[in-house]
Parts: sequence; structure tokens; C-alpha cells
Amino acid sequence: MNIFNILDSIQKIDGDAIKRLEHATRRTFMNRIGSTLAAAAVPTAFASIVSKAYGATPTALEVLNYALTLEYLENEFYEIGNATAGLIPGEYKAVFAQIGQHEKAHVKFLATALAGDAVKKPTFDFTAKGAFPAFTDFGTFVTLSKAFEDTGVRAYKGQAGNLISAPNLLQYALQVHSVEARHASIVRRILGKITNDKTTKGWITNDAGFPGAVYKGEISESNVVQGGLNVPGIAGLENISFAAITEAFDEPLTMKEVLDIAGPFIVSL
Amino acid sequence: MKQTLSDNLVSSDSQILAKVNRRYFLRSAGVAAATGAFILGACTDHDLEGDKIVELGAGDVGILNYAYALEQLEAAFYIQVLTTPYVGITAEEKAILTDIRDHEIVHRQFFKAALQSAAIKDLTPNFSSINFSDRASVLGAAKLFEDTGVQAYNGAGKFIKDAGYLLLAGKIVSVEARHASAIRDLLMPNTAFFAGDDVVTTSDGFDGALPPPVILPSVQPFVVNKIGYSQLPV
Repeated sequence: MNIFNILDSIQKIDGDAIKRLEHATRRTFMNRIGSTLAAAAVPTAFASIVSKAYGATPTALEVLNYALTLEYLENEFYEIGNATAGLIPGEYKAVFAQIGQHEKAHVKFLATALAGDAVKKPTFDFTAKGAFPAFTDFGTFVTLSKAFEDTGVRAYKGQAGNLISAPNLLQYALQVHSVEARHASIVRRILGKITNDKTTKGWITNDAGFPGAVYKGEISESNVVQGGLNVPGIAGLENISFAAITEAFDEPLTMKEVLDIAGPFIVSL
Repeated sequence: MKQTLSDNLVSSDSQILAKVNRRYFLRSAGVAAATGAFILGACTDHDLEGDKIVELGAGDVGILNYAYALEQLEAAFYIQVLTTPYVGITAEEKAILTDIRDHEIVHRQFFKAALQSAAIKDLTPNFSSINFSDRASVLGAAKLFEDTGVQAYNGAGKFIKDAGYLLLAGKIVSVEARHASAIRDLLMPNTAFFAGDDVVTTSDGFDGALPPPVILPSVQPFVVNKIGYSQLPV
């Protein structure tokens, strides 16, 4: 099962799925960017639809197609952004050009590796039906870039365990995962600079950030229990802030959670 | 029942404990208590320490000790950076380096607590090649440590047997990559250097992944103790 088959099967299970998804999309994303209220909103209709069709542990092939889908999304986002005159200020062009190069390379690698089994590129709408001035406002572009990169980091991390018996694929996934994290760090710092917000740093503090679904989830970014240990209670960390402890560990997202985030940007499969 | 990381280690790898030689615990050798502050290069014990091999061990415990060794090194480095800030350090640089220091201390103490009695000893760093008053020297070393950390975790992942430990390594490596990106951007602001072609392949967009026998000799010059890794999985 790949994620598009999943979406197909969702439609078969629930004929109203697409309408409900559209409703959820509007409700979630029409909220003003940066609003903390909006950060808490999750497209619950989509989440509940997906959970009906979803459950089993994915195969390596399914994991790679899932990764390819996310890379398609990122690649097209930067292709358009980098080609849009007047969007990216001169001082940041080199950064986004480099990110775009990497996403293009990731798509090429995964599509080549999957060959005939590769899913097709979906049709994307980065404005989420007009909710986002994705390519006309640099602040919005950077906000979406940050959301996609942080989601990418969490998405790859969530699949590492599913590749444990395929060591080479696991290593490739890790090698892409850390590149997404390098991207996320600089994009977050650029967002912090252009919004003059010192609390938006290269690392994720607590579960702060927009959209909220990118930073929360089954295991929230504010999680501090690691390997069964409550980290703030560990000896030697008495002088370390709770916020710093949350920053020190990135957390995974499930496939379903990632689909919730990506869904509003996917027009058709 | 939820098992802790430590429970797993103790139950599955207790034979490793015997290999940790406790006789050579020279805690006085420049290693101060909980926050791990250390006295740079002021040790007559260095020669003594240098003679003792610190064995990382086998299996997942060995890999976790490998990570613990690298985190000890990183934490000690950033503690020194903030104790004696370089000339002309900016507010932004200080904020970033302070955050990174705290993250590395968290990683270090976490591994120490998780490994319990299987943990290797406190290592004595040797930063004599770094000029802590010089920005380029400090940020250059930070770049080296962060990129090396990323490459080390990426290369160690496939040797980890336990999915829980693999996830833990994943949770930490992306934070190291975030650090690497920020440090590199301080060195060459607003360029491609944050994920430069020197560390990320242009063909596939892959970060580095290097095995312990490549990583450890490259960090050995920064540690007084000799680190033994012959039992690590290959």
C-alpha cells in the first residue's frame, strides 16, 4: 500500500471524504499565520478518515514512496519559489537555491531507486486553496518552508524503525534526514530574523510553531521522556532549562500525522 | 510493561560491565562534577590517562558508549567556549553557542544515565589545538565536531539492533545537524555553506555517514584517553 492507494481506499470507504477534507482544509488554514490559536488546530476530519484505512507496518517500498511524495512536495515548492521573481530577497537566494538543489536530488534518487514502483508526482496547491500567499509573500514562503522541513525531519525519523532490517536503505534515509535538519535549522533562523522573533531558533523549542500539527502529535516536540527516562530528572541537568531539554531531542511523526499536514497542499493524486 | 533503556541494557548486555575497567577512574584528572567543567590542559595525569584504553564495548551498548564519548567531547568543548568566550563574540553567537552547549550537556548526561554502570568513564579532553580566544579557531572546531557528530550517528544507525535505540539516535542526530547548519552559517552567512557541497553530495543530496573506525581516529587527537573500539559491530 502506498500513500496514494491509501487515499484512494479512503475515498472508497468514505464517499464524503474529499468534501470533508476540503472543509477541514479551510477551517485549519484560513487562520492567520502565526496565530497561536491556529497552531492548536488539527484537521481532525482528515485524521479520522485516514485512521479508518490505516494501521499495518509499512514495507520498505512503501516507506520509500512515502518519502518520495514528501520530496516531490518540497521540490516543487522550491522550484516555484526559486523561480518567482521578487519573492526571495537577494541575501537569501543562495540558501534557498541550495535547498532546492538538494530536494531535486532527493526526488531523483528515490525515483531512480524505485523505478517502476515509484508513485507519480501529485498535483500540489501551496496556497491551500488561497489560504496562503505562498509565492507572493516572503514571510509566508519561509513559514511554509519551515513547516515542510521540520515535517520532513520528523517524517524520516518516524520511519527509521521500519527500515531496521534494510540497513542500506536505513543509512540512505538517515543521510537525507540530517540534510532536512540542516535545511530546517537555517530556514527557522531566517524566519526568526525577518519576524524579529528571537524565540524562533534553529532548533524546536517545546512544541511551538505554526502550523501546530507540525510540532505536536502522538509524540509532541515537547516530549522529555527518552528511553524510559524523565530527562529533566537526570543528574547533572539541574541547571538546564526545560526548553533546552526539549530542543535537544527531535521527535518523530507517524505517516498519518504527516498526511494530515501534507493533505491540504495535495490537490489530486 | 514499559521497560526503560537502562533495564534493557542491564538485562541484555550485563556481560559488558565486566569489561569496564574501574581501576583507572581518575576523576581528579581535570574532570569536575556534574556539569562537567574541566580544567584545560592543566593535567599532569595526562600521560597516565593516555596509557589506559577506554573500551566502548560490544553491541548496542558499544554504540551507545560511542555516542556518549562523542557527546562528552562536544559538551566539554562548548563549556570551555562559554567559559572563555572568543574575542568579539556577538550576542547572536553567544545565544547559539549557549543553546548548543546545553543540548550537548543534555545528550551527555542522558547517555550516562541510560548506560548506568555500562557507561564508559569521564573522558579527559585535549583541546590544545584550539585557540579559544579566536573566533575562527572556535567556530572551525565547532563545525568539525558537529559535522563529525552527524556523520558518526548516520554511520552508526545500521549497526543498532534495538528499534528504540535507533529512534533515540535519530532524535539526537537531527539536532546535531541543526547545530552544524547554524555554526556553518555563522562562518559563511547566507550562503550554501550551511549544507555545503563539502558535506552534502550534490548528486544525491546525502549527508555523510562514516563508520566508527573512520570517526574515532579523527577525534582521538581531542581526547587524552585512548578510545578502544575493537568490539564495536562492523
